[in-house]
Amino acid sequence: MLRLESLEKTFNPGTENEVRALQQVSLDFPKGSFTVVIGTNGSGKSTLQGAISGALDLDGGRITIDGVDVTRWPEHRRARLVGRVFQDPFAGTAPDLTVAENLALAEKRGRPRTLAPLLRGARRGAWRELLGRIGLGLEHRLDDPIGLLSGGQRQSITLLMATLTEPSVLLLDEHTAALDPRSAELVIALTRRLVEGCRSTTIMVTHSMRQAATLGDRLIAMHRGGVYLDVAGRDKATFSERELHGLFAQMRRDDRFDDEAVALARSQYR
Amino acid sequence: MSLLLATLAIGFVFAVLTLGVFLSFRVYRIPDITADGSFPLGAAVTARLLKEGWDPWSATAAAIAAGILAGMITGSIHVRFKINAILSGILVMTALYSVNLRVMGASNLPIDASRTVFAPLESLSGRIFGESVQLFGRTVPSVDLGMFLGTAFAAVLVGVALTWFLHTELGSAMRATGDNPRMVRALATSTDRMIIIGLAASNALIACAGSLFAQMQSFADAQMGIGVIVLGLASVILGQTLVGPVRSIGLAVAGAVMGALLFRLLVAIAIRLGLDANDLKLVTAVVVLVAIVGPTWLAARRPRARKEAARAAA
Ligand SMILES: Nc1ncnc2c1ncn2[C@@H]1O[C@H](COP(=O)(O)OP(=O)(O)OP(=O)(O)O)[C@@H](O)[C@H]1O
Ligand SMILES: [Mg+2]
Repeated sequence: MLRLESLEKTFNPGTENEVRALQQVSLDFPKGSFTVVIGTNGSGKSTLQGAISGALDLDGGRITIDGVDVTRWPEHRRARLVGRVFQDPFAGTAPDLTVAENLALAEKRGRPRTLAPLLRGARRGAWRELLGRIGLGLEHRLDDPIGLLSGGQRQSITLLMATLTEPSVLLLDEHTAALDPRSAELVIALTRRLVEGCRSTTIMVTHSMRQAATLGDRLIAMHRGGVYLDVAGRDKATFSERELHGLFAQMRRDDRFDDEAVALARSQYR
Repeated sequence: MSLLLATLAIGFVFAVLTLGVFLSFRVYRIPDITADGSFPLGAAVTARLLKEGWDPWSATAAAIAAGILAGMITGSIHVRFKINAILSGILVMTALYSVNLRVMGASNLPIDASRTVFAPLESLSGRIFGESVQLFGRTVPSVDLGMFLGTAFAAVLVGVALTWFLHTELGSAMRATGDNPRMVRALATSTDRMIIIGLAASNALIACAGSLFAQMQSFADAQMGIGVIVLGLASVILGQTLVGPVRSIGLAVAGAVMGALLFRLLVAIAIRLGLDANDLKLVTAVVVLVAIVGPTWLAARRPRARKEAARAAA
């Protein structure tokens, strides 16, 4: 269970570059739910993820995970409860370390880093099986430096690493955007399998209307730092890829109008 | 022969220093200039404590502890106040100059050669080998052999320990921090803490080298830290060139040790050939510059690489 209460974030306040990236955002995410977030460029999707992961300081609001107020926790402490996959496929792994070493660091997430050998008692067999199921021939590469692998391979492993300890919250920020179409397909299939197989409360940002239409049990559209649309369950299922394209085009038009006009347009989708 | 042994003995002590620089420079990509202060700090603390009547082992351990403290201060300034790592090092190095003078109470402090960690080794060597030894057909004072073996043991021990350490959970998290700090934070480990621990360990080794060097030379001097970081970098880079771009940490560590030895030998030869010792630092700095810039410069001038670069730009 993840609860966001009145999150507020303004970049460059008081200057002409002022951006209200989050405007009183309040959302509840039930345990194990899978939410897809869409929205135009600059609508605040990454800011929202940064706020949850602690990579970003909020101006106001409260974040609780499973009832624990984590608003003041620094990023690394919050990461005990929050797994993340970034847009940059190279951002989630340490290139000079081997695949096994990367996995081992992820498996010991949240535990103190001790003077025990990192790979002692490593679950090589289990890892090999997990890697094998990705279907990219990674099961034989446990001892290769991960920097030798392709972006798609590394992003798949990052996804494994993020879910290995089943964190309370899983954040995916356009994690297929930098991949070629085939790799993106594979990573999405893996996402579906891993997210459905774990109890992590998942929030996935995407620009792919196809992904938005076919994944998750809830859809949130963000616009100008606020929630434009929030549908779940059967209501979400009724949104086809084409309708989402229509919604998106509408939001993009709204970008050119002021807030009042936006409120009017939005009421049509209620 | 005796000269060679003495040169290598110094080389082994500088290998310990080089492994400290290896940790900050290769693992974190920080050329930590605190070294110029923590090397003489190790020497000063040891000389002072020996003068106070401490036994050599405790005095050496205290020097290491002082190095840990120096590294922690540099690391803390860097991460807590978000000050550039090099500037943090410069601040601590400068402060340590005064600290070292205070510790010694003078700019130079002699050490009684019969009360160092090497003394028992030298007498042991004397008991085993007698007054002198035949080595490759030359006569060598057994004292020099003892010193050589002792320092070699120290360097190998530190190298093995460092290799082991870099494979532990902590050491691996430190390597990952140098590689990709964002990933380490996402895996719930404080990169700030990793950097502080890393710089502490690095300066511990450097202060240890300073302590050993002082005991070897029978004095500590406030000026003995000048250029230590460049010397360490030269050895690290030389070692990297020797073993090539290797994946194995053990090999990279061994390369750093060999780099330190080779560098020491080259310096001894250059001085023998008539290089003015006063010009040594200038030559070292130029060597480091060439070693860092050379490979990329050469690669860029190779016709094929240039063609590829042009294609990439197009
Ligand atoms: N560090 C920053 N400093 C200043 N402004 C920022 C910063 N980060 C984000 N912004 C601004 O905040 C707004 C929201 O940005 P955010 O990255 O959350 O958008 P997004 O929805 O993720 O967009 P995209 O689809 O392009 O990834 C944008 O106007 C952006 O320019
Ligand atoms: Mg974004």
